Amino acid sequence: MRLLGDAWAYLVDPANWTGPQGMLALLLEQLLLTVTALAIALVVALPVALWLGHLGRGGFLAINISNVGRAVPTFAILVLLSVGPVGTGEFGPYGRAGLATLIALVLFALPPIITNAYVAVREVPPDVREAARGMGMRGGQVFRRVEGPLALPLVVAGIRLALVQVWATATIAALVAGPGLGNVITDGFYRSDYGKGLAGAIVVAAVALVLELSATVLQRWADPLRGAAAASVADAAVADGGRRGDDPSSGHA
Amino acid sequence: MSVTLLAAATEPSCYSRTVNEWFCADYLVDRRTELVDATVQHLGITLASVVLGLVLALPLALLARRFPRVEGAILGVSTGLYTIPSLALFPLLVPFTGLSPLTVVIGLALYSLTILVRNTLEGFRAVPDDVRESARGLGYSPARMLLHIELPLAIPVLMAGLRVATVSTVALTTVGAIVAYGGLGNLLANGVQQNFKAQILAASALCVILAVLLDALLLLTQRLLTPWTRTVRA
Repeated sequence: MRLLGDAWAYLVDPANWTGPQGMLALLLEQLLLTVTALAIALVVALPVALWLGHLGRGGFLAINISNVGRAVPTFAILVLLSVGPVGTGEFGPYGRAGLATLIALVLFALPPIITNAYVAVREVPPDVREAARGMGMRGGQVFRRVEGPLALPLVVAGIRLALVQVWATATIAALVAGPGLGNVITDGFYRSDYGKGLAGAIVVAAVALVLELSATVLQRWADPLRGAAAASVADAAVADGGRRGDDPSSGHA
Repeated sequence: MSVTLLAAATEPSCYSRTVNEWFCADYLVDRRTELVDATVQHLGITLASVVLGLVLALPLALLARRFPRVEGAILGVSTGLYTIPSLALFPLLVPFTGLSPLTVVIGLALYSLTILVRNTLEGFRAVPDDVRESARGLGYSPARMLLHIELPLAIPVLMAGLRVATVSTVALTTVGAIVAYGGLGNLLANGVQQNFKAQILAASALCVILAVLLDALLLLTQRLLTPWTRTVRA
């Protein structure tokens, strides 16, 4: 338990938070990485996945990409990228090995976004879709005005999962001498300063929980049918062996 | 000069201080024991974690089913745990378990709970009510019904969860390198420090192969356990 005391001492010392290698700078660096990677993944994957869901094509790929994403070790990808062609050079505000980290983060953000966006559009009840067609809506209109709003909660759930995944991967980047808060953990452990390592872990875990909670609030807010009807959609999504929709297992690092 | 040449001549062709290739058969042969040891450790940690996760998940799922009020709490906590990055979770366990394989096993078991509890619960829910009623009509006690009726019928969904948990545990075990018990992850961490390409590629490939093999093994087990549901796919 002396370890916990050491960690606390490290956390309350302001000197550990300030400066270019302080925890505050590392925290900002990691948040910047997370936001950038998530934005890139969204721009690349979301339109395609939603449109494929609308057309009902490519389902095999869209659903299985999450399974593949789970089997690939994040750590291995980071190592392969940083030792391989991408290298560990400084990359703007993203720090050492910034580019390798960013690529890995985007790669691991894609599966939950693609799978959830595809499934979200597919899950829209066919009779609702047909009713929209019957009212004279065209494909694009059905997509924008019916499928889009109804799919939104699950799409946001996918983004939430991607966020968790990206934050976790960004932490692991420190194992390849990359940027971010993980450095506090690896530094502590590699130099047998376990109090420091534990302190870093506490900060990383706390930020992860805060991110998750904010995303959950956002998800609730995005639901167009907040209330009874929405609950049934969520149930339907979960009641499938945990593969679809709000599945917290769609990849993790 | 002649000394360096001599050293180079005795060193293997595709990995040395001067040559650093990704694909290197000599490396696989020379470091065979090291690779086997790491793979065995990896497999051991993965299996121990998943078994521990399963042992914990079954009673938790039964508890959640019996008391619906607890269900939200159990699912909430296991999902919350999943949010914590693995590189942070292992250090958080160190004050309690020290720098031991137990740290990694407990951490990974906690992660697998997220998937296993949820799927076990869904598996029990997938048992049709009329089947349950027939069993009760035949005089099955709750315990016998659980063991002989509900558990077998829950197997397809349960196994789907087990496969997901196993595959992601194989991938996550590598991060155990932070406490020096990461199986193939140790070789990755070591390889990155020494910029040793052959070792990095071999460890990465072995990781993926291990995941695919375990997944196939579980799928086969599921087929053998549930001959009546050949068409039910996870």
